[in-house]
Parts: sequence; structure tokens; C-alpha cells
Amino acid sequence: MSSLFAQEVPLSWYLLLSAALFSLGVIGFLIKRNLITVFMSIELMLNGVNLSFVTFAHQWNAVKGQIFVFFVMMVAAAEAAVGLAIIIAVFRARATLAVDRIDRMKL
Amino acid sequence: MHLILFIVFAGLCLAGAINLLLQSHPINSALSLIVVMTSLAVLYLLLGAEFLAAAQVIVYAGAIMVLFTFVVMLLNAGREERTFGSRAALTVGFPAVVAILAVVATVILHAQGLGVATLSDATITTTEYLSTVLFTKLLLPFEVTSILILIAILGAVALARHDNEHSQSGAERTGGQ
Repeated sequence: MSSLFAQEVPLSWYLLLSAALFSLGVIGFLIKRNLITVFMSIELMLNGVNLSFVTFAHQWNAVKGQIFVFFVMMVAAAEAAVGLAIIIAVFRARATLAVDRIDRMKL
Repeated sequence: MHLILFIVFAGLCLAGAINLLLQSHPINSALSLIVVMTSLAVLYLLLGAEFLAAAQVIVYAGAIMVLFTFVVMLLNAGREERTFGSRAALTVGFPAVVAILAVVATVILHAQGLGVATLSDATITTTEYLSTVLFTKLLLPFEVTSILILIAILGAVALARHDNEHSQSGAERTGGQ
């Protein structure tokens, strides 16, 4: 039991988890039909990439990787604010959130 | 201990991500995404990134997901209709996703020199060290970020503002069709 507590985790497992999260985000982007859920899938992809940044920052013992993740978070916050405002504007013009029905650029 | 924590929270992370895809109501997907982000905060802590773990909870699980749930409730988004999507997504998208995942997994599993993560104080990047680097070497990008946030606020307000005149003419246009 004590050996189980002392065990360490290879960093490749973290990278595999990051790749799996990114792929699940891409699949969600392709199969989801609701505009808000498609946007959530993009956030999932961003989180998967962030995990690999933190893993490599741990591998090379470098703080720059963590600062990069900090900037990604700031940009994601700005992107979420603008993206959700666009979704509200689209809903106001079309009264639907189904991506199949939003097929014209002109409002 | 590290192994147990990793298995528990990586499992929660993957379960939340898969649940996000399976749920048909957007609010359930949003709650699954909160589970994913909070589990990721624990994984960041295991990798010694204490500041990022706090920022993940505050910025992602707090601010961004509250924004998402507000928009879901504001727009009264119902259940989504399941369609099969475009043919391009079926024929190119899914094989491309599987191929990318396979290539990345192969590269990662064959990579030499990847280390291990353990629970020890030596690997923790303190907030003090991170902020010293951020506010000395990287001060200019940090300040540019504040301008980006300001522009994002203005853009969000300008886009989501209720323009009475414009929406009335839009209603007439759709009514006339």
C-alpha cells in the first residue's frame, strides 16, 4: 500500500489526457448542433492545450509555459465575452440557436 | 498519492468531457464543463502550478462558466435537435480527428526523456516567482492584455446592446417575407 502512495506519474499520461481532451473538443465541435454547446467545445479544446503547456513547463522546469497559460486564460475570457455577445445578437436576429438554421451571413 | 489523485481527477475530466458531448440540453453540458475545469485545476496543482490552479477555478470555472450559464438561461435554450451534420464533417472530420489523436499518442508514447511528476515541494512554481517574471520581463505583453480586455468589454456591450430601431426594422423585414 505504501508503494502505491509513493508512486509517481509519467508526464506522458498528462500529455495523453491533454490530447484526449482536445480530440473530444473537436468531436463536440463537429457533432453538436447548438451554438452555445459548439462554443463550449472550443473552450474544452483550449483547456486541453493549456494542460499540455503546464505539463511541459513542469518537464523543463520553466515558468514561461505557465505564463503562456495565463495569457491564454485572459484571451479566452475576452473571447467568451465577445462570442457570447455575438450569440445573443444572432439569437435576436434569427430566434434560433440551431447551427443548421443559421446559414446566411446577412442578418 | 499522486497516482491516486491523477487517476481520480483525470477520470473525472474525461467523464465530464464525454458527458458534455452526450447531453442534449446546453445547461447540462455547461455543468459538465465546470466539472472538467475544476478537475483540471487539481491536475495543475499536481504539476506544481499553484497560481494557475487558482486562476483556473476563478477565471474559467467561475467567470467564464457563469457567463455561459447566464446566456443559456437568458436565451432559454431548449433541447437541441439531433441531426447528422454536414457530409464534410462525417467524411473528413472524424477520420481526421482519429488520425490526429493516433499520431499525437504515438509520438508521446515514443518520446524519450519525458520525466515524471511527483508530490514534492521542489517542483512547485510559487506565485512569487511567477509574478516576478511576469512583471519584469513580460510587463509589456501583460499591459497589452489589459487593452485587449477593455476592447472586448466595449465590443460585447456594443454587440449585445438592444437597439430598438434596428430590431423593429428587422421584425418588419422578417414579417414581410
